Amino acid sequence: MTQYTAVHGEKVSLLRVLGPGHVWALGVGIVLVGEYMGWNFAVGKGGALAALIACWAAGMLYTCVAMIDSEVTSTVAAAGGQYAQAKHIVGPLMAFNVGLFLVFAYTMLEAANAITLGYLVQTVGGMAGFADTHDKPFIVLTIMFLAFLNYRGVYATLTFNLVITAIAFVAILILFAAVSPWTDNVLKPHELLNGLPYGWLGVLAAMHFGMWYYLGIEGTTQAAEEVRSPARALPLGTMTGIITLLIAATMTWYICSGLMPWEYLGQAVTPLFDAARLTGSTPLMVLLFVGTIFSTLASANGCINDASRAWFSMGRDRYLPQVFGAVHPKYRTPFRSIVFLVPVALVFAYFAPLDQVITFSILSGLLEYTFMAFNVLMFRKMWPLGTIKRGYVHPFHPLPAFVLLALCATTYFAVFLGYGTQLVAMMVFYIIASVWFAGHRYKFVKRGAQFTMPWPRPVGH
Amino acid sequence: MENLNNFQLLEYAAWGISALLGLWMLTDMIRTNRAHSEETLLSSKEGEIEDSLVIDPPHQGGHL
Repeated sequence: MTQYTAVHGEKVSLLRVLGPGHVWALGVGIVLVGEYMGWNFAVGKGGALAALIACWAAGMLYTCVAMIDSEVTSTVAAAGGQYAQAKHIVGPLMAFNVGLFLVFAYTMLEAANAITLGYLVQTVGGMAGFADTHDKPFIVLTIMFLAFLNYRGVYATLTFNLVITAIAFVAILILFAAVSPWTDNVLKPHELLNGLPYGWLGVLAAMHFGMWYYLGIEGTTQAAEEVRSPARALPLGTMTGIITLLIAATMTWYICSGLMPWEYLGQAVTPLFDAARLTGSTPLMVLLFVGTIFSTLASANGCINDASRAWFSMGRDRYLPQVFGAVHPKYRTPFRSIVFLVPVALVFAYFAPLDQVITFSILSGLLEYTFMAFNVLMFRKMWPLGTIKRGYVHPFHPLPAFVLLALCATTYFAVFLGYGTQLVAMMVFYIIASVWFAGHRYKFVKRGAQFTMPWPRPVGH
Repeated sequence: MENLNNFQLLEYAAWGISALLGLWMLTDMIRTNRAHSEETLLSSKEGEIEDSLVIDPPHQGGHL
């Protein structure tokens, strides 16, 4: 491949090469690991039925997120996703906070995925009879390999995600067909379901982990500056993504809760793989193991893509040091942001406990969704329908925004029940970061140049 | 070396590949920073639809 040398006056930008399939792979790729592991802790909180209620309530939350996101991002076609939306619609302090929510949510999720992958390889080593195996080399390799892939170009990165995510999704479909859900030969839901052992409080507590079925689908917006047709590809990729996840989540619940008693399912590490083992079929076991590995890889890969775009956008507007706003002239990726976030992910993956890392990610995501509800209300008020061109208009406004707010409030309470200290600690962190931004960093921001959208003046301004 | 089992070899390989990938990214980043001006590297603008002024034409269209 020839290295071209830039001459004076030339510009480099991110490369517009992605289609709706890549957007789907980015969103579903980040999330699908939640079907393979994690969602089942909701069963431990309130029983299998509570996990199903949480699955659909969280599904409603994320359907609102996807619809709202699709409308706003089909208009604000810029890397940074919700950060860019906040900058244009709410203001700089909100944008700074949303940018941090994004970077932390994705970097923590990347670390959690790397920890999981290291654990899986270590487990395989143990099962193969090797003593004294370690997970750390594989944690580090996961992060370094995926950062390398991201560094070399977005097209290859998300095509890789498309292939491995599709395989992981098809593995769930095959398992669902293999357990013959239309008969009671394999699945025994009538024998295993036991109502709500902890009542409706258990359902509320299950909401914390119900989010795992879908956490990260909103990451599709980060591709806004790299898709060929933002107004078409982003809504199409995001909406097909949430439909895929709703199907995969419900199938996963039906397979697992029909095969395992809730006492086991509620604390299983790899429930879908365990379900395949219970069928007694070796090909299914291999398929679901591959699916587990691929879904974990796809999630970490998408997280690196999204965190680096958010960090890059903030650097480009000087919300952070401007050096992070650089684009690689050959690979056309935000290369400095990708490299900078590698040691951050390594530190968390190497030293932090898995549940703390995931909780930090979930809480950052929740803060982001709360912002999105307010954001869309302001967006429709300031730029009503007809004043600017939208690639997608979400229905029933403002109902989805209010449903989203109500579900976010419920989930905050659910997280508070289990991780109250972390919730407070994280709020304190974001308040301190906001004070730093307002008092020190804001004077460096390119105030005029940051608003690039060719929109008319907002109503009332 | 005779005490090493296959899994330990795999672990050393993982460390080695990680180090190589990290070194490659660092080296390329330093070389890129030296080969191009900051003005060029930071020339990206938010939400640009027009891609006509970019360098590296073979990468237009995403052919791999």
